[in-house]
Amino acid sequence: MSAYIIRRLLQSILVLLGVTLLSFLTLHLAGDPTYLYVSERASEEEIVMTRQRLGFDRPLHEQYLGFLGRMAQGDLGLSLRARKPALGLVLERLPATIELTLFAMLFSTALAIPIGIISALKRGTRVDGGIMLIAMLGQSIPGFWLGIMLILFVGLELRWLPISGHIPVIEPLLEGDFSKALTNVPDAFVHLIMPGLTVGVFSLSRNARLVRSSMLEVLSLEYITTARAKGLQERLVVLRHAFRNALIPVVTLLGLEFGFLLSGVVVAETVFSWPGVGRLVFNAINQRDIPLVQAAVVLFAFLFVGLNLLVDLIYAQLDPRIRLS
Amino acid sequence: MAQTLNPAQPSMVVKLDPRVEVSNWRRARYSLLKAGWPVLGLVILGVMLFLALFGPQIAPKDPNRQNLILRLTAPMVADDAGNVDFPLGTDSLGRDVLSRMIYGARISLMVGVVAVFIGGFMGTALGLLAGYFGGLLDDVIMRIADIQLAFPFILLTIMVLVVLGSGVLNLVLVLGIGQWVTYARIARGQTISQREKEYVEAARSIGARDSRILFRSILPNTLAPLIVIASFNVASVILSEASLSFLGLGVPPTVPTWGGILAESRDQLLGGSWWLAVFPGVAIMLTVLSLNILGDWLRDFLDPRLRRSS
Repeated sequence: MSAYIIRRLLQSILVLLGVTLLSFLTLHLAGDPTYLYVSERASEEEIVMTRQRLGFDRPLHEQYLGFLGRMAQGDLGLSLRARKPALGLVLERLPATIELTLFAMLFSTALAIPIGIISALKRGTRVDGGIMLIAMLGQSIPGFWLGIMLILFVGLELRWLPISGHIPVIEPLLEGDFSKALTNVPDAFVHLIMPGLTVGVFSLSRNARLVRSSMLEVLSLEYITTARAKGLQERLVVLRHAFRNALIPVVTLLGLEFGFLLSGVVVAETVFSWPGVGRLVFNAINQRDIPLVQAAVVLFAFLFVGLNLLVDLIYAQLDPRIRLS
Repeated sequence: MAQTLNPAQPSMVVKLDPRVEVSNWRRARYSLLKAGWPVLGLVILGVMLFLALFGPQIAPKDPNRQNLILRLTAPMVADDAGNVDFPLGTDSLGRDVLSRMIYGARISLMVGVVAVFIGGFMGTALGLLAGYFGGLLDDVIMRIADIQLAFPFILLTIMVLVVLGSGVLNLVLVLGIGQWVTYARIARGQTISQREKEYVEAARSIGARDSRILFRSILPNTLAPLIVIASFNVASVILSEASLSFLGLGVPPTVPTWGGILAESRDQLLGGSWWLAVFPGVAIMLTVLSLNILGDWLRDFLDPRLRRSS
């Protein structure tokens, strides 16, 4: 196990170095990055000063090392518009984004499993065909468009659900106000449904198809035939024998899933005016606030890599085949 | 859909007289018609392709001509003379939505196909090299692939486009580079399994050079799964392009795109201009759905396990 942990740790560090290097180099893609940091009307003097202040006049490798060094101290530069530390601005918005992503992940997994199982058990019937067609549709619509449609028809036309607004749960928890967090839950839930669906529809559809095919594969294995041959109830065959093994591919993807959902969050938050990192990034894009975009990208990378590492380690603990291969 | 799991499924077995030589095209046509849904997909894609190619000839109006008096006209509204000038309505600047959608097909399809071509070409080439030569080259290429795969690339795409500025070329390049890993991994795996086969040995023993073996012997035998991936990939790139356009990172606003019209619709939602949001979304959905259905069919068709059973 420890060899596996070390290997995975080194791998994660490599990935983070790669990502930071890429996001650092991106700044230099268009030539001198100084121009990204000054206004169009800046004088020559101002440009030279900015260049020196930000160290863009130094050799590239020195700049990268400096970037890494500052990053280690939690310094990802100042936001150009707000004139505040970019990392702080991103962290402020993080709880709302985590809430949305977690919610999307939970419901897309929780719904996909029963749907996939039913589809597999009813294989070849109209139910199966219908479910798979809807799942195919779910994989083919742009998530943000679903969001817009939900706002139009469920929000504005039927007035069933709120079209914007965010009720915080994680933030009061962080402040230690447990009872406030708890009383906020029902209202938060109502506000999460449409944005959550928007973020999670693709994963829900894909997971449902994944569970179905993995279930079908497991059901055709010999140990299932054995279980049936010894007269076990079909319910137990499905739930106890087949189901657990059918879940493996879904669980494997959970870590990657989170990152995938995070990237969908940027558009979904924009659609629903959700006060998270995604909308911050959207605004930063429009204002060309490069350090802010960079801070969000780097933070997401750390989150993503960290979570994957965690999932893999738990997974290796549960399933010895993983760490031995 | 997803019929790969049971290779012996009778409905997929092509029953033909074994004495008759059947061309691949005929077999494909037979299987396509039998499957049903993919035909619909093919028809929809054909229509979109037609719109993309002949957009300027088909579009009833200039997609950028503004008409501020008629801004946000609802679809199918007739004027005093009883003519429907704007079948799909107009946008906030009074531009014809139908014409903009027709022009938009061009960008969406082109970005999807070209980006996949770039990514597919790059990935296949690197995968072939990594698989064939192995060693340090293999290690370096696959480590880079791992790094890219271990990170949601769309975030980096956003960053690159913010720095470089948006534009069709940048968009296509960045989206394309984002795709290479999948192709590289598959091409590498296929190459490794083909490398030791007898036909490669035979080619080598008659003195064929590495490049000839790679391109004439190995490449054709790795193409099938790559083509399947490519069809799904075009679908996902079209979705990414729409997202990026929606974020204002796609092509410049003067160029009409489906994602761009959707982005504009966001400001008009409360005003009730539903048509700006509905039509381009349906166009994206139909295109992507068609590609996914065709990809599914293609996978089943090209899967050797299915073929063996016939």
